[in-house]
Amino acid sequence: MAVARKIPELTGRPTTFCPGCGHGILTRLLGECLTELGQDHNVICTIGVGCSCIFDTAYQGDMIQAPHGRGAAVATGVKRALPDVVSLTYQGDGDAYTIGLAETLNAAYRNEKISVFVVNNCNFGMTGGQMSWTTMPNQVTATSVHGRDTALTGMPIKVPEMIAGNFQTAYVARGTVTDAKHIRELKGYIRNALKAQIAGEGYSLVEIVSPCPTNWHMTALEAIDQMEKEILPYYTLGEFCKRGGKQE
Amino acid sequence: MGDMIKGNDAIAEAAVRAGVQLYAGYPITPSTEVMEYLSWRMPELGRTFIQAESELAGINMVLGFAFCGKRALTASSGPGISLKQEGISYISKYRLPCVVLNVVRYGNGLGSLRSGQSDYFRDTRGGGNGDYRCIVLAPSSVQESVDLMYLAFDLAERYRIVTEVMSESALGQMMEPCEFPPMQELTVQDWALDGKYTHERRVAFMENYVTTAHENNARYEEIKEKEQRYEAVGLEDAEYVFVSYGIPGRVTHGVVNELRARGEKVGLIRPITLWPFPEKAFEQVNPNVKGFITVELNDYGQMVDDVALSVKKKLRTDIPVYCLPYVFEMVKRKDVFRDFEKIRQGQWKEVY
Repeated sequence: MAVARKIPELTGRPTTFCPGCGHGILTRLLGECLTELGQDHNVICTIGVGCSCIFDTAYQGDMIQAPHGRGAAVATGVKRALPDVVSLTYQGDGDAYTIGLAETLNAAYRNEKISVFVVNNCNFGMTGGQMSWTTMPNQVTATSVHGRDTALTGMPIKVPEMIAGNFQTAYVARGTVTDAKHIRELKGYIRNALKAQIAGEGYSLVEIVSPCPTNWHMTALEAIDQMEKEILPYYTLGEFCKRGGKQE
Repeated sequence: MGDMIKGNDAIAEAAVRAGVQLYAGYPITPSTEVMEYLSWRMPELGRTFIQAESELAGINMVLGFAFCGKRALTASSGPGISLKQEGISYISKYRLPCVVLNVVRYGNGLGSLRSGQSDYFRDTRGGGNGDYRCIVLAPSSVQESVDLMYLAFDLAERYRIVTEVMSESALGQMMEPCEFPPMQELTVQDWALDGKYTHERRVAFMENYVTTAHENNARYEEIKEKEQRYEAVGLEDAEYVFVSYGIPGRVTHGVVNELRARGEKVGLIRPITLWPFPEKAFEQVNPNVKGFITVELNDYGQMVDDVALSVKKKLRTDIPVYCLPYVFEMVKRKDVFRDFEKIRQGQWKEVY
């Protein structure tokens, strides 16, 4: 029997993300998961600085904007003040993995009972497409105009693998938004991350590999194509730390 | 009289008595005993202690906690407080209360572990980006450290403002007898975030900046009107008025007492609030005063600027304002006597 799917009230307003951006899909999925888990009136969201700021155009709930990169520290303060409230961060790769790498890793290291959602679009989107730590080798950005030289700037960072491989955490996964199948899988990851927190199991992180047609200077379809050909083979999808502590 | 206790331990216990529910910070000499004390004392009472990975993380944990309406504290020294400025600016933007303890150590960069007052400008002017103020309280004894820490949380919540207690290396490290105030009930502010979307959201780019600026101005003016605190000695007949705070203020108090015992007409203003600066004290000064002298533990004098502005506002512009900056460690009474004599003999150049 067909089931009518409602737009979740929590993230029901229109967003102002660019056409073809993956953020909007994550926004919707987060709203759906929090509502389905009965947490849409029991959640404080900490947003980062960058395109993640735009999340506040859609999101109706309690929200804090953290200083750039400090989301995990702010969310830690929230969780320690209100242990029964879901404390999550909504960040980009520049925020969580570059300027905020220390806060992100240290919250994971402590196994802080927060959920971290990071949109990885391989660049600093809001400031106009500069290189971030997740920028692909040879990718042209506003600060790597001849393509990223990994000999000078390092290889793209894989934070979920780093966390799952080194720290005791509750749940770590990487998903994407390129098609319906992957969006369904991503929703499962988001739900697992939130459930891990609600059950008091510890830290959870989901990275969402996402297209950025505006700053990649591509159409939306070309951006998806680029992801499938070059980006997703590098950023492996899946669960790196499953609930219950089993690791892949 | 209470038992002997070390300054840093005493001020930590005062925060506990004031109902602090979170401490988050990073070790740095000479403030570290504060977090060492709280690392066992907070869990003992079922409260939260977090050893953060950095001063940045510490102040941002305070930010998240304070958004939930509960009393939060972080402590550090000189360069550590510099790192916290990012968070202090955000906390000020969001009009959240919290208390920051700076056990000041002397110097630029890494500086020195010894006492100094070189953070005056940064801490009384806000410190981070933007246009805001923090209330700054400067104790000069262990007992006053306790009393001001206890008061700091009330002021922070009354005005929804960051309140700094500015201690000093020597004050944190020395022992004195001390009485403690009673244990306060733990509270939650009625404007706090609770996850239930109870209150209007305050997020970036959505506020009316002009309205906010006017509201902040009104709040700062109210604080300036109501919260100036200072200790004054002999202002009515003083020919010279010393201005000094903290431990140097205490030493200068001794100098003034001794000079007055000899029949010299000198006075003292010891600011207890560094912001708001106690300009009201200057209204009480003898109109025929010959000069003001700040005694400071820094390189060039910093508070001397506020003294000159207060003299201009409350008295006249032609009264000389001198500064005796003794750099660091400890002000010696014999040096103040010597340099005061030079001022009287016209051998010391005024700053203003």
